[in-house]
Amino acid sequence: MKKILIANRGEIALRIIETCKRLGISTIAVYSEADEHMPFVKLADEAFLLGPGPVQQSYLKADEIIEIALTAGADAIHPGYGLLSENAGFARKVRDAGLTFIGPDAETIELMGDKIASRIKMKKAGVPVVPGTDDGIGSLEEAITAASEIGYPIMLKASAGGGGIGMIRCENEQALSQHFQSIKSRAKAYFGDDVVFLEKFVENARHIEVQVFGDDEGNIVHLYERNCSVQRRNQKVIEESPSPCLNEAVRKQLHSSAVAAAKAVDYRNAGTVEFILSEQDDFYFLEMNTRLQVEHPVTEEVTGYDLVEWQIEVARGNGLPVKEQGQINLSGHAIEFRIYAEDPVTFMPSPGKLSKIESSDTDVRIDAGYEEGGNVTPFYDPMIAKVIVHGDTREEAIRKSMMFFDSYTIEGVKTNIPLFQKFIGSSEFGDGDYNTNVLADWLKTNKEDIKI
Amino acid sequence: MTQLKAAMAGTVFTVNVAVGEEVQAGQVIIVLESMKMEIPVETEVAGKVTAINVQVGDFVNEEDVLAEIEA
Repeated sequence: MKKILIANRGEIALRIIETCKRLGISTIAVYSEADEHMPFVKLADEAFLLGPGPVQQSYLKADEIIEIALTAGADAIHPGYGLLSENAGFARKVRDAGLTFIGPDAETIELMGDKIASRIKMKKAGVPVVPGTDDGIGSLEEAITAASEIGYPIMLKASAGGGGIGMIRCENEQALSQHFQSIKSRAKAYFGDDVVFLEKFVENARHIEVQVFGDDEGNIVHLYERNCSVQRRNQKVIEESPSPCLNEAVRKQLHSSAVAAAKAVDYRNAGTVEFILSEQDDFYFLEMNTRLQVEHPVTEEVTGYDLVEWQIEVARGNGLPVKEQGQINLSGHAIEFRIYAEDPVTFMPSPGKLSKIESSDTDVRIDAGYEEGGNVTPFYDPMIAKVIVHGDTREEAIRKSMMFFDSYTIEGVKTNIPLFQKFIGSSEFGDGDYNTNVLADWLKTNKEDIKI
Repeated sequence: MTQLKAAMAGTVFTVNVAVGEEVQAGQVIIVLESMKMEIPVETEVAGKVTAINVQVGDFVNEEDVLAEIEA
């Protein structure tokens, strides 16, 4: 593998280029007109324009991307996260074109992308799943009957959904009736599939996920867990590894369940098994993400491994760099903060020109997709950068984070930096014993303190 | 005649009303999708929808007129 095309943009494209450069692999960027001046376009060895800003006319043009890879002599395509990364059709086309897809098999992506099919598969493998329906729900009447058996509150979910889109909590029959049709049409619009199902809503849950890795020889290891419970709009804002306040026995069970889940599907390459953990420490399989995650750097910081390098090694057919679980150690504590171009209180996106980016602390990892003077355009996710802080202990990592955010400045767009400046020092975050309501609850009483 | 404008650039996700329909103040007329977020566009006035200028899937810019309402 000497040349890789990166079918993505922003910080993750840059992140992949960085590892490729270190490994002596040349890189091809593909980009939209809106991203013409982005750092990843400049830093790749070659770059090809795909089309206008909207993703349907650029980053989702699967056939054109494969054509470019073939013409430019690439051996492999790295899909990053989002966009085409969990598109089984794309993975299959890449393989059929004689190229290597850096990720799991198309068949695995397909299975895990189907939330109902993966539920059934996990149940068979002995991995606990949230009580719910194992079939798609066709009509509202059926939904009401099933919901009364499961018990309210329930989550109404799109089978093809994910990433916080296509799901809604329903308190009672009235809410279920109200949302049933809209979730179905949303699922159709977003994912091209209107199958929906129901799961019991687990109150005050924590979101904990386990990084797994598999290779062609059937080796599967985990690289510990990440707690991703600090969320807004069902999307992650802060992630940390290891998870604070986690019972040691439960931690071990989570790791072994994640490995069992990966083994059940002969998993290859990087994957993440997401669980929800109830107040009583019962945990349930939520979904498996068949790609590199946005928050992979926290795992890199505590294990010392480069996960993009692992992905490339496995894709080369070389086997996992470390096959013995006992040799994978965790050291210290890492926290990642996602810096978004958005209002820190209402979370409304705030596109615009980044007139100033300034930080003084150098002992912090910043994975940024933009540089000063760059433009956050309305076509894509509003994430500007990820700030990753490592310390010997969680307390030290929090201390370092507070110091860093004191001086971190981005001007030109609204960002959630003012939110972090207040939230990091709160007892709610500091305690570590938080669930997915933590940010919304904290904002209720601290909104006024956030200076926009 | 009141013009309903896009507060920010994005893709038209849903059009919730039809031309000729009577709408209430505060009713969501169109939902835009921008940067992975759904942004409802509400009418500030009650009245009759006289024009809808966009279709689902269209990309619109900030300040584009999406619909018109006759109070």
